[in-house]
Amino acid sequence: MKEIAQDFVPIATAKTINEHKTPLIALAGQPNMGKSTLFNLLTGLNQHVGNWSGKTVERREGTFALNGQTVRLVDLPGTYSLTANSPEEVIAREFILREQPDVVVALVSAANLERSLYLVAELISLPSPLIVALNMLDVAEQEGLRIDVEILQAALGVPVVPLVATRAQGVQELLNVIRNVLNGETVLMPRLPEIRADHRQALREISHLISGYVPDPYPTEWVALKLLEGDSELTQLMQRQLPEEVEQAVHNILIQHDDALMAVASGRYEWIGRIIRAAVERPPIGQISLTEKLDRWAAHPFWGLILLGLVLGVVFWVTFSIGSPIQEWLTTHGIGGLASWVSAALQNAPAWTRSLVVDGILGGVGSVLTFLPILAIFFGAFGLLEDVGYMARAAYVMDNFMHLMGLHGKSFLPLFLGFGCNVPAVMGSRVIDSEKSRLLTILVTPFIPCTARLAVVAFIAAAFFGRYATVVSLGYVVLSIVVLFLSGIFLNRLIFKGERSAFIMEMPLYHIPNWRTVGLLVWQRSLAFIQKAGTTILSFSIVLWVLTVLPNGKLESSYLALFGHWIEPIGNLMGLDWRLTVALLSSFVAKENAIATLGIVLGSGEGTALAQTLIAAYSHASALAFLAATMLFVPCAATVAVMRQETGSWKWTFLNISFMLIVSFAFSGAIYWIATSLEV
Amino acid sequence: MAKPNGMDCSLIDLQTGEHALMVDMRGGKGLVGRLTSLGFTPGVELTMIQNMGRGPLIVLVRDTRIALGRGEAAQILVKRNDR
Repeated sequence: MKEIAQDFVPIATAKTINEHKTPLIALAGQPNMGKSTLFNLLTGLNQHVGNWSGKTVERREGTFALNGQTVRLVDLPGTYSLTANSPEEVIAREFILREQPDVVVALVSAANLERSLYLVAELISLPSPLIVALNMLDVAEQEGLRIDVEILQAALGVPVVPLVATRAQGVQELLNVIRNVLNGETVLMPRLPEIRADHRQALREISHLISGYVPDPYPTEWVALKLLEGDSELTQLMQRQLPEEVEQAVHNILIQHDDALMAVASGRYEWIGRIIRAAVERPPIGQISLTEKLDRWAAHPFWGLILLGLVLGVVFWVTFSIGSPIQEWLTTHGIGGLASWVSAALQNAPAWTRSLVVDGILGGVGSVLTFLPILAIFFGAFGLLEDVGYMARAAYVMDNFMHLMGLHGKSFLPLFLGFGCNVPAVMGSRVIDSEKSRLLTILVTPFIPCTARLAVVAFIAAAFFGRYATVVSLGYVVLSIVVLFLSGIFLNRLIFKGERSAFIMEMPLYHIPNWRTVGLLVWQRSLAFIQKAGTTILSFSIVLWVLTVLPNGKLESSYLALFGHWIEPIGNLMGLDWRLTVALLSSFVAKENAIATLGIVLGSGEGTALAQTLIAAYSHASALAFLAATMLFVPCAATVAVMRQETGSWKWTFLNISFMLIVSFAFSGAIYWIATSLEV
Repeated sequence: MAKPNGMDCSLIDLQTGEHALMVDMRGGKGLVGRLTSLGFTPGVELTMIQNMGRGPLIVLVRDTRIALGRGEAAQILVKRNDR
């Protein structure tokens, strides 16, 4: 456990030439091969999730026991190749070249063998010993494919281990093979792919020209191949390394072979083709697979949207019908019980400490934590849809809508996650492959009404609008989504000049979900939420509490009230008095704080008493305006923190905050004005 | 309307269910790099799984379903193939 808790050494500087006492194993594979499932299977909860240094790419590392010896396992990012098309590919290959793992396990899918061997064709040419884990044999059988593992192994020259990771089959055999490679019992005789014949001469010439100039740890032959492929990272690196005349000579060769990228790729696919023809028996063409049958509905431009609507409806229904009662129970009995217990325990302590713990910390962080069950259920439903393979279909059918904002379907996934909580949604934007689309998605994500905002809206709407509460709440959800789209269109035109990135997405085969994978996903997302509650939200709760008690312990004359009075003229434009304005401001700490703050400033506690006080104190127009302001107000502190982390810049974070501030004031002002004109 | 067999056309011209062989690919290095690693290389057989005339399409390449935007698909040149 100690091992994995350590901070990772930056890959750019580390140079540990097999000195590590514990063997190091890297797990490589393309996306949708079941890599997480295998990783979770091997490491269980002995894993640590972090970031690759300096990158917003998730890094997972864990340990497991192999014959009583501890082994480190690093999960490399899922990539289709090792050419520098994205940060993930660079991370994967730099890790293998610099950290020199003792074994690289390449996970391939028996159901997609041809394509998944492409990464193997790249990995097999690197110095680290390779083992191929052949996953999803069950799916391949379902599709009628028969694979001869012996022949596959002989053709590749490295061990091939059949596996059904979802059912934990073949794991022991994989461990045995890893052990045999580690202790040298199994000797590998890899058969390397060759480049297409018409480019072999060029490759030899480049190798010859650059030899002696290639910095450690890169193999010369490999760099020459990557230069032919037009790899951006290595081209830049070698431009710095080579003397001018050599660089010119290399450049001339590359210009003559500007189609080399496809020649190299074709060479790899020819190598794969030969292996496949020998090792795989295909069924007669014409069988209709399960995936194809399901996609006729799920990926249909019309029925797919209807299905998505139904799926969303069920997810929300399940989340709130199970989650809300648990949350209410936690609020009254959990946090409420804790508060009275703490009050009793701190009876003899100074009054301010009691107030800090009960009002400040329990009222702030505690109320945030009561949302955890709702979030866990939502994350579970989302993770399940992800694992089954449905989310790619959701992204596909939403592509047309996302185009309006200059985004494409993939951006829909983090936005959907945002209905649970904006924090993981901002982090979830990592699935988007273009930097610009990712930034735009992050900027509009906070417009998605999260569960906390929905809770505020549900409470206020129920207080003021009785049996129309649901309609009013739904109206505000629709308003938020419309504002999101309009903002996306506006920001795309204004900042990104309407550029659009390529939409290329694999539609994985549907498969039965793996409960372990989904469970770990829920666990990790919930943990991230708890960490945010424990850090950002805790510190902001304390600051807010300080502002409510200083200078003389009375809220009415506190700094917060003073500030509320000071900006009341702005609040008045939206029909908000100083109390509602302060409640709105406190929602910055955490959205659901709005209710708690109203309870404090109106001196009526929470629940029905607060609802009655609210109706007596405010007009319907003010309530409508307050709801709009709450829905569209600046993101909560935790979301701001992850926005800063994920965009890597305060500039974009502040841009988002000021933009949302203007939008929320504009809409709530307009709604107040319309509502008063109509004398609601 | 459909062009006869044997003539080059773009991937977006393929109707749902049609087969073709890939001939060439245009576009920047980034796009070409990503598509080749997904299996789009000259000579490979492609099957159009879904092309509704608008919106992204789904293509089967090397046993993998890939969703492609129309702009990206337009960069891929193919030759119809009736098997």
